[in-house]
Amino acid sequence: MAQVIVVTSGKGGVGKTTTSAAFATGLAQRGKRTVVIDFDVGLRNLDLIMGVERRVVFDIVNVIQGEARLSQALIRDKRVDTLSILPASQTRDKDALTRDGVAQVIEELSADHDYILCDSPAGIEKGALLALYFADQAVVVTNPEVSSVRDSDRILGVLQSKSKRAEEKRDKVKEHLLVTRYDPERVARGEMLKLDDVQEILAIPLLGVVPESESVLKASNTGTPVILDSESNAGLAYKDAVGRFLGEDLPYRFLEPERKGGLFKRLFGGRAA
Amino acid sequence: MNWLNLFRARRQEPASASQAKERLQIVLAHERISRTREDFLPKLQQELVAVVARYVAIDPGKVNVNLDRGGDMSTLAIEIELPGPQGKRGAAGHAAAG
Repeated sequence: MAQVIVVTSGKGGVGKTTTSAAFATGLAQRGKRTVVIDFDVGLRNLDLIMGVERRVVFDIVNVIQGEARLSQALIRDKRVDTLSILPASQTRDKDALTRDGVAQVIEELSADHDYILCDSPAGIEKGALLALYFADQAVVVTNPEVSSVRDSDRILGVLQSKSKRAEEKRDKVKEHLLVTRYDPERVARGEMLKLDDVQEILAIPLLGVVPESESVLKASNTGTPVILDSESNAGLAYKDAVGRFLGEDLPYRFLEPERKGGLFKRLFGGRAA
Repeated sequence: MNWLNLFRARRQEPASASQAKERLQIVLAHERISRTREDFLPKLQQELVAVVARYVAIDPGKVNVNLDRGGDMSTLAIEIELPGPQGKRGAAGHAAAG
């Protein structure tokens, strides 16, 4: 039986798809049979972030409506062989996704995968509710910023009331906090919420902190999950988060401002803008 | 080495943005077309498989469809596994070897 993990946030633009792509790739790199599903029907983007947009033939809606087999819609990643991607439909409307249909897809995937990642759309409408409904675990992606923290709190409430586990009164969905776009220099200057503050407010276990990093844009430009960039702090932070998810006890990195640059930078370049 | 890396980094910067532009141009060109007409791929696949099935008993689970969308040209590869002569798989193998 596969574990179903939803990557969610409530708010848009905080890094759900970046996280889904990185996390799925990271799990697959550890040999876990992993599939990542895009739930954003009508506005799919996971295919672009994973770099498989040219290979999309069928999507989850085709599968649910019986127009294609699941095996035909799955796109095998060419970089990590235990990873596949199930794209969302770009042309159908959101009602094409049904709870029964998604249940069937997840059940079929469950048979030969270890992890099923559900990349949720923003908001708390139908697509987001379906993405989290079957979850055993949730990765809540949060930026250190007021609206993101508030929306994360809201989505935590939804997880504990509207998921299948909640409805069936089983053990609750296991929650993980992933703070992204963390900028230690701005935190040091008191311009950004501290990690401790975010943790204190949301009060769920911390899975990782991904620093603000230029490599994330480069990764999306080229369609390469950022975790494959071993020179990037963001990529390393995602690797750590995957390790912790798999039970490893790893120290948190990239929480303090980098001290490189020396006197010259401190004098002339340090506080630009 | 540091010097070399500096130049290398400089050269890579524009590369990723131009890759982004190229990828977007290709994917959007295809999406704009599909906005005005229905996506024919599911139907094309179903009809092709139906035609083949008229002649050979095929397993619908053993049909693979691969697509590579390009700027000037796309490639669609449909792979259908055809069963050997019924009940004589072993014999057919021997005959081929002999």
